[in-house]
Parts: sequence; C-alpha cells; structure tokens
Amino acid sequence: MTGFLDLWRRFRRNVAAVVGLFFLLCIVLAALFGPMLYPVDPYDMIGRPSMPPSAEFPLGTDVSGRDILAGLIGGARVSLLIGLIASLGATVIGVTVGAIAGYKGGWFDTVLMRLTDFFLTIPSFVLAVVIIAIFNPSIASVTIAIAVVSWPPVARLARAEFMAQRDREYVQACRALGMSDLEIATRQIMPNALPPVIVVSSLLVATAILTESGLSFLGLTDPDLISWGYMIGVGRTVLRTAWWMPAIPGIAILITVLCINLVGEGMNDALNPRLQQR
Amino acid sequence: MQRFLSVARRMGQIVPSVLGIAVLNFALLHMAPGDAADIVAAQSGGGDEGYVDELRRSFGLDRPLYEQFFIYLGKLLTFDLGFSHVQQRPVLDLILERIPATVLLMLTAIVVATLLGMVFGMIAAMRHRKWLDGVISVIALLAYATPQFWLGLMLVVLFSVMLGIFPSGGMMTIDADLPWHLHVLDIASHLVLPSVTLGLFYVALYTRLMRASMLEVFTFDFITTARAKGVSETRVGFIHAAANALLPVLTMVGVQIGHMLGGSILVETVFGWPGLGRLLFDALQQRDLNLLLGILFISSILVVVVNLAVDMLYGVLDPRMAK
Repeated sequence: MTGFLDLWRRFRRNVAAVVGLFFLLCIVLAALFGPMLYPVDPYDMIGRPSMPPSAEFPLGTDVSGRDILAGLIGGARVSLLIGLIASLGATVIGVTVGAIAGYKGGWFDTVLMRLTDFFLTIPSFVLAVVIIAIFNPSIASVTIAIAVVSWPPVARLARAEFMAQRDREYVQACRALGMSDLEIATRQIMPNALPPVIVVSSLLVATAILTESGLSFLGLTDPDLISWGYMIGVGRTVLRTAWWMPAIPGIAILITVLCINLVGEGMNDALNPRLQQR
Repeated sequence: MQRFLSVARRMGQIVPSVLGIAVLNFALLHMAPGDAADIVAAQSGGGDEGYVDELRRSFGLDRPLYEQFFIYLGKLLTFDLGFSHVQQRPVLDLILERIPATVLLMLTAIVVATLLGMVFGMIAAMRHRKWLDGVISVIALLAYATPQFWLGLMLVVLFSVMLGIFPSGGMMTIDADLPWHLHVLDIASHLVLPSVTLGLFYVALYTRLMRASMLEVFTFDFITTARAKGVSETRVGFIHAAANALLPVLTMVGVQIGHMLGGSILVETVFGWPGLGRLLFDALQQRDLNLLLGILFISSILVVVVNLAVDMLYGVLDPRMAK
C-alpha cells in the first residue's frame, strides 16, 4: 500500500498526467454507466436521418436516424474493451516471448528475437487487415488481430529486463535454493521486470484504440456492434452536408488516446524517477 | 572489397525475412475457409463435387502440404503472385501499377515529416522549458493522438468543401489535357492534403524524438567545449548538436516504414489516392484473397528493402557504424 501511495505522490507531480487520468476516468465511467444515465438504444432508428444537434438529440442523428450520443456511449464500451483486451493479449504474448528469450538466452533467444524482429518488419496494419479478412470480422477476430500485431515491442522490453535481472545475486540465491526456472522467472524476476512493461502496455491501449478505429473505418468490424471508427465511416458518406457526424466520434477517439498517452507518460515518470528531469 | 562484403552480408540477412514472409502468407492462405477451387467454382455458377475436385487437382491443391509450400515458394521467388479471379488479371501487374502512387505519397510525407520534425524538435530543445517548447510539445501530443483518417476527413471539410483550396480526392484532374508543368502542379495540388494527413503523425513523432535526442547531446562534453570557445548558442544548437542528434531520428524513419504503409492505406482510402492502399481496400470489398496476400507480400518486401537501405545509409552518415 505504501508503495502505491509513494507512486501516486510521484505521479501527482505531473499535472498533465493527473488531468489525463481525470478525463480517462470520466470516459470509463461514461462507458460503464452511460447507458443507464442516457437510456437511448444506439441501434434504434428513433429520429429523422442526419439531424443536426438539437434539444431532442444532443449530438444529432446519423444517416439512419440513430442517436449519435447514444452511439458514442455504446462505442466507448466497444472501443475501450477492444483496446484493453488486445493490449492485455499483446502483453501476455510479449512478456512470455521476452521472458523466455531473456532468461534462457542462447538458442531460444536467437530464434525468438528473430521472430520478434520479423513481426516488427511486416506492415502491422496490413497484416491485421488480412487476418481479419480471412477470419471474417467479429469482435474476437479484431481483438486477436490487434494483439497479434502489437506484441513485439513488449517482447523486446521484457527480454531486456529479464536479461538484466537473470544474473543478479538474488536470482543466483534462488537457484542455489533449488527453485525451478519457471518459479524464478514468474515469481522472482517478474515483479522486478514488470514496471516498465506496464508503461508500454498501457500505451499500447492507445495504439490499439487507434488501430481498431482504422480497421472499423475500413468496414473490418463486428457487424452487430457500433464502435467509434465505424461511426466515422458511416458519417463519411455525408461529409459534405453534415461534417459534424464524422467529427464527433473522431474527437472522442482523440481525447481518449490523448488521455491514455498522458497517463502512460506520467506512470513512466513515476516508475522511473531518475529519468524525470527531462 | 571489405565494403562489398559487408553489403553482401547485409543482403544475405534479408533472406530469412523473405522466407518468413512466404511462410506466413502460405499459412494464412491455408487458414482461410475455402480454397481457390471453391472460389472459381462459385464464380462459374457453382458445380458438382466432381468439377470442384477436378479444379483442385489442376491447381495442385490435392498434393501434400509441404509439396504445395515448395511450389508456392517457387512461384513467389519468380514473383508469380497468382491471379486475381475478381479483376481477371495477374496480381503482380495490379500491384506494380499502384506502387508509384504510394511511393510518391509516402516519400513526400516522410521528407516533409523528417524536415519539419527535426526543425521543431531542435527549436523545442533550444527553448527547453520556455513557452515555445510548451506550445510545440502540446501540438505534438495532439497530433500524436489524432486518428489519421479522421484528420484527413476534417482537412477535406475545411480545405475542399469550405475553402475550396485543394481538391478533395484523386491524384489528378481527369481528362484535362495539360502541358507537363501544369500537370505536375495539378498532381502537387492533389498531393497536399493526403501527404499532410499522412505526415502529421510523424512530424509529432520526430519532433519528440529530435527534442529528446538534442537534450541528451546537450549534456555531452563537446557541447560544453563549443560553448566555452564562444560559439553562438544558435550555432551550437543547429550545427554541433543537431548533427549528432540526427541518427536516432533516421533509425526511426526506417523502423516506421511499415507503420506508415498502414497509415497510407487509410489515407488513400479517404482521398481515393490510386495506390496500394486503395487497391487493398478494393480487394477487401471484393474478398479477393490472392490480391490481399500479394499486397501483404510485396509491402513486406518493400519494408525489408527500405530497412536495408537505411542500414547502409547509417554507415555513410556515421563512419563508426560502418563496421
């Protein structure tokens, strides 16, 4: 607990990060409880199409007469969920690969790092597009595709951390005690290697949200769900007459991604205090 | 001789990457539900089981998987990427046709982004913690968080629909018979919005990178020496520090090529720019798997080659790296 308080005290010094955290919490709360406070079905055609913002429809209606504010709230759930789970998946893959490569070294390291570099080279967005096109767009295939293309940076970082730790005295002590490699890697090194990884994977959430929005803009999205990128894609058809329609969900993405980036940087400063003077 | 050897060794390093891309493509092809025989059969109005089996035999799809892989590999190595059954043309032709437009767009975006990013980064570092640094950093943060395709749409609204300064899509005015210099101008005016859209994110990225890199170089001894000799602060910043802060930015340009290709797909879709991205979008709409995989293959090769080029440029810019 004191660890967390200490962390918060250092995090608090970065004003931008605190502001980002505040707005991010607002967005998360809106995604969780918004549908209760604003009980309009985002999938229901309730008004005339393409109406500008008014008292009845605070942000107007889209091309099929669906309420945009309700879509925004529903989209927050989809976009945040995909972003979170995809980055969690990428973190699990990345840490596993990086831990094995860094801890085992030698032959494992060569093969796994070649694999990582390989995935870093292929144009990730193109690969994601092809994967989703092959397995048909659904919330699962989109999430998996994003995770599959975003793990390499995590793997590299985790490898560096594990390499730096594996010959420390405490690890040697564990070996002398007869602990298994698995136990040393997961229970002893992991807690020490994790802080920088957490920073990177929290920033991955932002990238994942951006990737998801791009994919659903191309139509690669679950046909039964509304996400922010999908709303931009829909609004695009009436860009000339109703520019606010694609503008609104785009601003939602921008603010969310900005907040996550600010919080991520704040966490980075809080976790690595020595680098803070920059 | 030694130089030639090192070039040859680097060339050799791309072989595993190319092989890896081939394996990946082959795996994806076989994970897809339905094979080429099904597609062709469906297009010719469906057929009985015997007809599909016949097709499968003629495509060699009844052979063992490893044999199929070597046949596939052989085809890839001779740049035979298969046939697009939707567009009724070889995949390679379709792709080659579109590469110049994408390269033009990406090159413009890279050059503009690198130059602007370096200049802004230098200024921000030289005005460290002053208001100008703050303004540049805030703009960079915003640009960093903006979805590119959305930015493109908003630029179209502002500059084409409202102000009418730039065309909203395409690469050139159709059926305008222009002399060559006006033709170049025509393409340039079509290029402005897409390249700004694609480049802005990288301006932000390179600005932040250049700033951090400059701030690090500022702590080195040779900067202190230069200052002690009485070299002006402007000269120290722009000449002494900038030259040494460049390399991380250059590395990033190489690393980001694949990322930029992804951005290019979205930007080309927004602006109807007739490049690889637009082709990918069409292939997606028509469920043209051969073409999709062909684009993945060629764009991966493109990234590998660019990285190789950046690697070699490294040795030229920083002789210490040449070994």
